[in-house]
Amino acid sequence: MTGLYGRSVLANCVISCIVAMVACGGGSGARNGSSTDGATLRSVRARGTLKCGITQGAGFATPSDSGQWRGFDVDFCRAIAVALFNDPKKVEFIPYTQQQRFSGLQSGEVDVLVNGTSLTISRVTQHNFHFGPIYFYDGQSFMVPKTSKATKAAMLDGATICVQQGTTTELNLTDFARRNNIKFKPVVMEDLRAAVSALAGGRCDAISQDGAGLATTRTMLRDPGNYVILPDRISKEPIAAVVRSGDGQWLEVVNWVFRAPVQAEEFGIDQKNVAQFLTSSDPSIRRFLGVDAGVTDGFGLDQKWTYNIIAKVGNYADIYERNLGVKTPLGLERGLNKLWTKGGLLYSPPFR
Amino acid sequence: MFKRLWSPPSRSTFLQGLALGVTAALLWWFGHNTAISLDQHGISLGFGFLKQPANFEIGDTAWLHFSPDDSFVKAIAVGLLNTATVSVIGCTLAIVLGFVIGVLRLSRNPALSSLMRAFVELVRNTPLLLLLLFLAATLHGLPPTHQALQPLPGLFISDRGLVMPYPMISRLSGCFVIVLLLALLLWRRMGRRVGFAVVVATLAALAITFMLRRPVLAVPRLVRFNFTGGVTLSPEFAALLAALVLHHSAHISEVVRGAILAVPRGQKDAAHALGLSRMQTMLYVTIPQALRAMIPLLATNCVSLIKNSSLAVAIGFPDVVSVLNTTGNQTGHSIEAMLIMVVVYLTMSLTIAAVLNNYNTRLLRPVTRPA
Repeated sequence: MTGLYGRSVLANCVISCIVAMVACGGGSGARNGSSTDGATLRSVRARGTLKCGITQGAGFATPSDSGQWRGFDVDFCRAIAVALFNDPKKVEFIPYTQQQRFSGLQSGEVDVLVNGTSLTISRVTQHNFHFGPIYFYDGQSFMVPKTSKATKAAMLDGATICVQQGTTTELNLTDFARRNNIKFKPVVMEDLRAAVSALAGGRCDAISQDGAGLATTRTMLRDPGNYVILPDRISKEPIAAVVRSGDGQWLEVVNWVFRAPVQAEEFGIDQKNVAQFLTSSDPSIRRFLGVDAGVTDGFGLDQKWTYNIIAKVGNYADIYERNLGVKTPLGLERGLNKLWTKGGLLYSPPFR
Repeated sequence: MFKRLWSPPSRSTFLQGLALGVTAALLWWFGHNTAISLDQHGISLGFGFLKQPANFEIGDTAWLHFSPDDSFVKAIAVGLLNTATVSVIGCTLAIVLGFVIGVLRLSRNPALSSLMRAFVELVRNTPLLLLLLFLAATLHGLPPTHQALQPLPGLFISDRGLVMPYPMISRLSGCFVIVLLLALLLWRRMGRRVGFAVVVATLAALAITFMLRRPVLAVPRLVRFNFTGGVTLSPEFAALLAALVLHHSAHISEVVRGAILAVPRGQKDAAHALGLSRMQTMLYVTIPQALRAMIPLLATNCVSLIKNSSLAVAIGFPDVVSVLNTTGNQTGHSIEAMLIMVVVYLTMSLTIAAVLNNYNTRLLRPVTRPA
């Protein structure tokens, strides 16, 4: 995402320094970084665009030929923008490395992080963040060359494993090794591309990341067919959007924006047929789409914000299949990310 | 009246006082805002987390044994030692290589001097990061472990680095080895008799410890993925060291060349007149005088080498910045991690500067002849 490693190190320092002194020093910074209820929504409205922190990766956030950001995470950022402004273009995307993302959110540089951050208790307690609903269920795994001696994670004893810095990956890997009494040598890179080229060059026997991350990483290799993702999942990685603590209203806006596409899928409403449902006689669908007042008119949002999201971005299945699904280069099955009614974990609280 | 108040001495007092006041106000403003902002974000500062177990593994642990159960303090110490190792070796090699290149650039052989010039221009005018990434990628191109080159029995070169046998000796014997090396180094200072006695005594002690516990040579062998046993020089360490040495030796060679050219020509002519050869003139007349001009710049170069070693993070060598980055990220104490980084680099840089400045003042002291 950042052109050179040098810049990312520098940017990291700069952002952290901003936390330390500047961001909250002046008047404008204080408003950005403020944590009073309703302040974030007010400042986003006043600015006219949403600032969304993302992390570049195929399928999740990549710039297209025309310079537009695309991807699974990007679409959820656009969904928030649609809810607020009824315009998926009113988002400013700020790409971070895994290293820089938390300082970026803390300093008030972005309003929300939608970049594959796993929800863990220590991130809540230590960084003082709040998490939105889990929008992607994943788990850490390993990718090895097809010629590797390992077909299971436990067979990686003595291996050199490349990991990216600043993620739960390092900790999960260490815990897994201790649990299974195996030894490994980590090579920790700040930039994912360095880790990938180390794997391709044979410096590492395996690379460890979240399952979806590995699918993304595989598309970065010159010969993707020669690498396999091991079946083990050594951790739980519930991916959720992150906001600063203290602004309950903003957290709830983010919560319900993420739930709308899931609820729409459950209703059978998708991007193509959503217009037909405007004349539906089902009262729960009428309330969900904002045809009847009473459910979607909170937060001072447009009463039709759910309808707008489904029409302009799509339901969960639309977003998933467009960016990650089996027809994309990533080729990810829905797996745990199916609706609860179909054996997955996706479950939206009712819109009523 | 006004004129008296605005006289040079009181004016300068006033202006200096003003500058001091503005600086103090700025510092207070920064500090105050930091405190408010940290409070707003619910971040509390403190170094208590350093005692918690680190829970991450470190790849290169040359001097200290490290396991994930050890504390963050130890993890940072391991990173610091890695930085120190690459800096000390890097600085020494860069000075040696820089000297050679600087002297060779002044050679009368046009092929030699233009070759050196080409190297210096190439390295000095390209970013260090590029050189580092290039070297790291090159080293990743070495053969895989099962096809490792074996130039000497027990010595393996592969994409996992250079693996060599390592004598496993007891800690006591290790101490005696260090004493022995020191004795050999300080031989001349101690005087021949004392020196001889110390060396013999240490050798005897060493022999006794070896008899108590026989030293074993740990020979590396390939087990599935990696070599075990012996000592490993990782490709990341090698790439970082090589990049730092090449980059800084090019800079140092220019310092050396400049300092040599700055020695007045008359000195050289006088040496020739006394019948000294070109080599002798260089070694006994020119270089000793050039050293005086060089030392401050060499110190600057060493300090910037230390700071540049933090580029390690780009290629995955666990230096102190890399470890502190991980620490900050895992614990949420990135401001503290940043502060530790500042203290570490400041201490190292100022120490080097102080040591070399001290050496410099000694060099500059007028030579007193024995009466």
